Amino acid sequence: MGSSHKYETVIGLEVHVELKTKTKIFCSCPTEFGGEENTHVCPVCLGLPGVLPVLNKRVLEFAVRAGLALNCEVAGFSKFDRKNYFYPDLPKAYQVSQYDLPICKGGRLEIEAEGKKKTIGITRIHMEEDAGKLLHSGTTIASSDYSLADYNRTGVPLIEIVSEPDMRSSQEARAYLEKLKIILEYIDVSDVKMEQGSLRCDANISLRPIGVEEFGTRAEIKNMNSFKALQKAVEYEVERQAEILNEGGSIVQETRSWDEEKGVTVSMRSKEEAHDYRYFPEPDLVPIVVEPAWVEELRNSLPELPDERKGRLVNVLDLSEYDAGIITGSRALAEYFDRVVACYEEPKTAANWLNGEFLRLLNAQGLEVTESKIDPEDFAALLRYIADGKISGKIAKEVFAQMFAEGEKPGEIIKRKGLMQISDEGALSAVVEKIVAGNPKSVEDYKAGKEKAIGFLVGQVMKETKGQANPGLVNKLLQERLDSL
Amino acid sequence: MKITQKDVEHVALLSRLKLSEDDKDKYTQSLNAILEYMEILNRVDTSGIEPTAHVLPLKNVFREDEVKETLEKELVLSNAPDEENGCFRVPRII
Repeated sequence: MGSSHKYETVIGLEVHVELKTKTKIFCSCPTEFGGEENTHVCPVCLGLPGVLPVLNKRVLEFAVRAGLALNCEVAGFSKFDRKNYFYPDLPKAYQVSQYDLPICKGGRLEIEAEGKKKTIGITRIHMEEDAGKLLHSGTTIASSDYSLADYNRTGVPLIEIVSEPDMRSSQEARAYLEKLKIILEYIDVSDVKMEQGSLRCDANISLRPIGVEEFGTRAEIKNMNSFKALQKAVEYEVERQAEILNEGGSIVQETRSWDEEKGVTVSMRSKEEAHDYRYFPEPDLVPIVVEPAWVEELRNSLPELPDERKGRLVNVLDLSEYDAGIITGSRALAEYFDRVVACYEEPKTAANWLNGEFLRLLNAQGLEVTESKIDPEDFAALLRYIADGKISGKIAKEVFAQMFAEGEKPGEIIKRKGLMQISDEGALSAVVEKIVAGNPKSVEDYKAGKEKAIGFLVGQVMKETKGQANPGLVNKLLQERLDSL
Repeated sequence: MKITQKDVEHVALLSRLKLSEDDKDKYTQSLNAILEYMEILNRVDTSGIEPTAHVLPLKNVFREDEVKETLEKELVLSNAPDEENGCFRVPRII
């Protein structure tokens, strides 16, 4: 912290989430990402005269699901409004959104930042349509003589989740966005990929002298395309505003854009009039009346959410907070874990292997959990081979890597490669006899009181058996043999 | 509330309308006449009446989430004043 220590930071986030429906919000065009320019469009999303938009039922369902997962109250009565502004990515010159009667209000989200738990309020969630994409002829919009408009994304359904100004640091802002992403992933309403733009975040940031209750003037920061960018942009903006205030200046209420390369926020200098949206009720769409019974049905269909799931892993399965946090950080991993422990009764061991070898191999190859070739039952079977003393931990890693690469069953790999641990006393005694006979010097050392010499002999037995001998048994047999000399 | 010529200029700018001085004068008067009529409506006691969200007695009109045919690309661009690479070409924005 530089010049900002006299101030308290106040942050509120507006998060846009693209819903993963098959079709757009008000027409039957596909929502698929990419695609040849202007091929996922129709008269409705192009805003041609005389068309009638109709709400996609699934959009309403997803918005309500998100609201329930974020502890919101679902509005019994809701409607759409037109938000009017001219911009070439908006063919109708208005965006259909919700103004005074959003679908959800008054929720909350639990976060943890810098070791402290905190509740962040959610003001509202509303449904709206996405705008198109602009390709600029120059390197930046300002240096372009003209731009090209592709309307494939126009009308893709969005929900906007608006938080209360409850965050006080860049870490809290980041924790909020990360938590939001995980919850939306769990309830399966969005791909939540920041890099593809299906999760977008704007931050309202202001400072106030410590102890003062009244909010300072805020700046809205856009164009942060990763969690790290959000954190860095907030940190930069806090310093920028603190410097202005310290010099006796005042903050201009404006929209600023995060420049990732330069690490600064830049004023977007939009005209004053640009924020006069003249909302009015959308006459082409009729109001929505949500039945409480349907809301309850959706509430009951929600999956176990990240916090509940983590709690179960800690309290019921006795995992550490840390391990449980990693596992429940992704729904796919959490479900995979559940399937492993359904076949194997030691959750801690399963968690160690999952968070260790499994994640290491996935990350190394840039794979998702769902792309893994290892069947959870085979994962459990491998753990049982170790627990039963049939293979050593070291050999198990080798087997695991093979399972990961080929999806082969552990039993087959162990059999094919002859990796089974040797726990047969008769067989091992013979090897012990051979090693003792072949290393008279070490035997002598041991007899002379150098107990460490036995370590060398154990090593020789392991080498002779290609690491497959049961080490405990080798130790015992060697000890007995040497003591009998 | 009285509409001034400045209000008319502001709304015209937001709507990208170019108005002559005569037009501005005319619209200032017309818009004021509309607001005066609203003053008459304002005398009606509306306490306890929900604001009207829609004039038709309809609610919950939905579609299923099923993909249907899109518009042919040639048709999409047929009204475009200018195009390039299958996109609408628009003049300098900022």
